[in-house]
Amino acid sequence: MEIQSCVSILNEWDIVAARQLGRNVAKELGFGTVDQARITTAISELARNIYLYAGEGQLCIDRLNENGKAGLRIIALDKGPGIPDIRKVMEDGFSTSGGLGAGLPGVRRLMDDFNIDSNPGEGTDIRATKWLR
Amino acid sequence: MYNKITAHIEDHREELERAWKERLTSDSDARIIDIMPEHIFESTSSEFFDIILLNLKDKDREYKEKLQSFSDKVVRLGWPVALVVKGLREFVHTVQENLVQYGSIDKEREGEYLELLDKWMTPFSNEIIQTYAETWEKTVSLQKMALQELSAPLIPVMEQISVMPLVGTIDTERARLVMENLLDGVVSHRSEVVLIDITGVPVVDTMVAHHIIQAAEAVHLVGAKCMLVGIRPEIAQTIVNLGIDLDKFITTSTMKKGVELALEMTGRKIVELEG
Ligand SMILES: Nc1ncnc2c1ncn2[C@@H]1O[C@H](COP(=O)(O)OP(=O)(O)O)[C@@H](O)[C@H]1O
Ligand SMILES: [Mg+2]
Repeated sequence: MEIQSCVSILNEWDIVAARQLGRNVAKELGFGTVDQARITTAISELARNIYLYAGEGQLCIDRLNENGKAGLRIIALDKGPGIPDIRKVMEDGFSTSGGLGAGLPGVRRLMDDFNIDSNPGEGTDIRATKWLR
Repeated sequence: MYNKITAHIEDHREELERAWKERLTSDSDARIIDIMPEHIFESTSSEFFDIILLNLKDKDREYKEKLQSFSDKVVRLGWPVALVVKGLREFVHTVQENLVQYGSIDKEREGEYLELLDKWMTPFSNEIIQTYAETWEKTVSLQKMALQELSAPLIPVMEQISVMPLVGTIDTERARLVMENLLDGVVSHRSEVVLIDITGVPVVDTMVAHHIIQAAEAVHLVGAKCMLVGIRPEIAQTIVNLGIDLDKFITTSTMKKGVELALEMTGRKIVELEG
């Protein structure tokens, strides 16, 4: 069972809107304040990457319910330049924009499941899930 | 033909206004109207009706002023533009229906009248929507300015110690202001210790952290020290998860502890007076 809501990311304020959406869903599902902060921070990272590197895209939030286990999945989609070397961007400190390069590895640590699917020239699809304990 | 319509509207004003309001509230869009108090809807829509009539009679200054103040008002009341557009469209239909009902126009010339009414309303629609949009833009840019004003003040709380309380989301523009105000303020207030308070920052992601780290380094270059205060427990956790190293920072959980530490760093302390 999945219920999805999305925010399109075009400018910096859309990042705030995506975070707000994620925080509301996380609250509704019963996540505590620490997990709410983890989820909103992860959304912030992924949405900002879309804004910075792809120019535009979508950030969606799924409410999951699998075998009685509730969870929240963040899906970040764009049709931007894609990521040529996924292993590299998952290293702490790798950045092509002079940033901290801690976003993607950080999101992996903030969430329970994490997956990147990206093809150069086609875009990027990143999914990260947090389960309710 | 034109005069005939205006005369008819003048004569049946109240009746038309009632019918028009009914049309305005009868549709599925009524939801929009439900959310505003009834007396506000009453008075605002009457004003709207007046303006449509005024437009019909004379296009002088009074009309222009009224249109401007009406747009101001609907924007501030949060009248959706869809409702304004609907109001104009329904006006045409109401008048036409009423004309037919009173037999003021012949059946075969009905189309002609409708066309005339439409032609007359089109520039007016454009004008009112244009004014609505301008008023809306003005409101947004004013709010932006207001937001910027409370963006990142550096407050000299005592000799050598300044505080920058950050409240709200940090975007690129604000991060730039933080940096600017910090450096200007540190120099002009001759601060030795600056406390950046992030209690009111909802999300500290790697971009915010990066800006804060850069600001602290810049403050260091002008000869002062930066302290990060107000790190909520959940924010501390996410910072650790992100793998951001704040070891170079002096951090305290509360402003009170921060001020005490800043005093210590500048060779002072708070003592209680014996009495
Ligand atoms: N959606 C994306 N599309 C293309 N490249 C991306 C995307 N997201 C991340 N990247 C690449 O991965 C690198 C690392 O990202 P991240 O870990 O968030 O660090 P940072 O944003 O600080 O550079 C970025 O510098 C960028 O080159
Ligand atoms: Mg990033």
